[in-house]
Amino acid sequence: MQPQMVMYDEEFQQISAVCERLAREANAKIVFLVDKNGQLIASIGATQDLDTTSLASLTAGNIAATGGLAKLIGEKEFSILFHEGERDNLHISVIGGRVILVVIFDTRSSLGLVRLRVKKASDELNKIFEGLMKKVKVPGAGSPFAEITDDDIDNLFSE
Amino acid sequence: MSFINYSSREINCKIVYYGPGLCGKTTNLQYIYANTNQNAKGKMISLATETERTLFFDFLPLSLGEIRGFKTRFHLYTVPGQVFYDASRKLILKGVDGVVFVADSQVERTEANVESVENLRTNLGEQGYDLDKIPYVIQYNKRDLPNAAPLDELQGLLNSRGVPAFGAVAPKGDGVYDTLKAIARLILTELKKGT
Repeated sequence: MQPQMVMYDEEFQQISAVCERLAREANAKIVFLVDKNGQLIASIGATQDLDTTSLASLTAGNIAATGGLAKLIGEKEFSILFHEGERDNLHISVIGGRVILVVIFDTRSSLGLVRLRVKKASDELNKIFEGLMKKVKVPGAGSPFAEITDDDIDNLFSE
Repeated sequence: MSFINYSSREINCKIVYYGPGLCGKTTNLQYIYANTNQNAKGKMISLATETERTLFFDFLPLSLGEIRGFKTRFHLYTVPGQVFYDASRKLILKGVDGVVFVADSQVERTEANVESVENLRTNLGEQGYDLDKIPYVIQYNKRDLPNAAPLDELQGLLNSRGVPAFGAVAPKGDGVYDTLKAIARLILTELKKGT
């Protein structure tokens, strides 16, 4: 079973900063980070016209499906996927086995440049997530929901 | 596994609708999608074949409101029910917080229901989950059909754990929200325990 995924403000700022720099250095249009269950962690760039929730879920589905394919041929997983479109391209990579980094880019960039910059950003992101996971395991970092009452839950459904 | 985001003050949970082929998993999501306030839902995605059979999954993001300042978001997924899509079903169960089993009430589908529950138990087990422990509710769909088996018979066959169970007619919406609320409640209660 996967460990509980948690995000704090401090780490979120660090992650966003890495993603922003990656977008800039790779000349990318959009960079986003998704957990393997399809939940969006961060998104940077021209995302206002984009359904990022759907994008996150489909990306995770895509990684899950190719991961299944990998196992069938005796590989652990395919850690990098590349989808080439007429205008835009998708570069998808798995970081530290738990989160997925997606870079959307067009002709202003190139696959080589994106791969190079993603590699550097991946190392940084991996460190941040490792720290985050340690923080989660510390006693006292309990769920904010430990205090909720049955009434709180009822109220959610009363409308 | 739920995702607690202190930065955006959100909690995200994953619900999977499971069950035999043509039992009405997608219909449940379609009804919820059609009858939920615009602000509370995202786009519904269906990865289906040309004959509208689910190929990989359906996906529907929902917001249920706030608890203690945290927005609660539920991601609803269905699995493909047809037996030969087992590899895909396993993938969709990854990171699940709660399962809805949609049973087809028709007498002819008894065996398919039993097989599907067993398949659910096996596939959950492979991911390290125990069907006897995770948040779980059962929906007996297609109650309006003349060949529907009696509820107590279905309960005896499929609900040995005694989890919340609901009769339903998914296209009309009967029992659909009751089922959703029950699973959401169980998931939140589980979170409360802080597991």
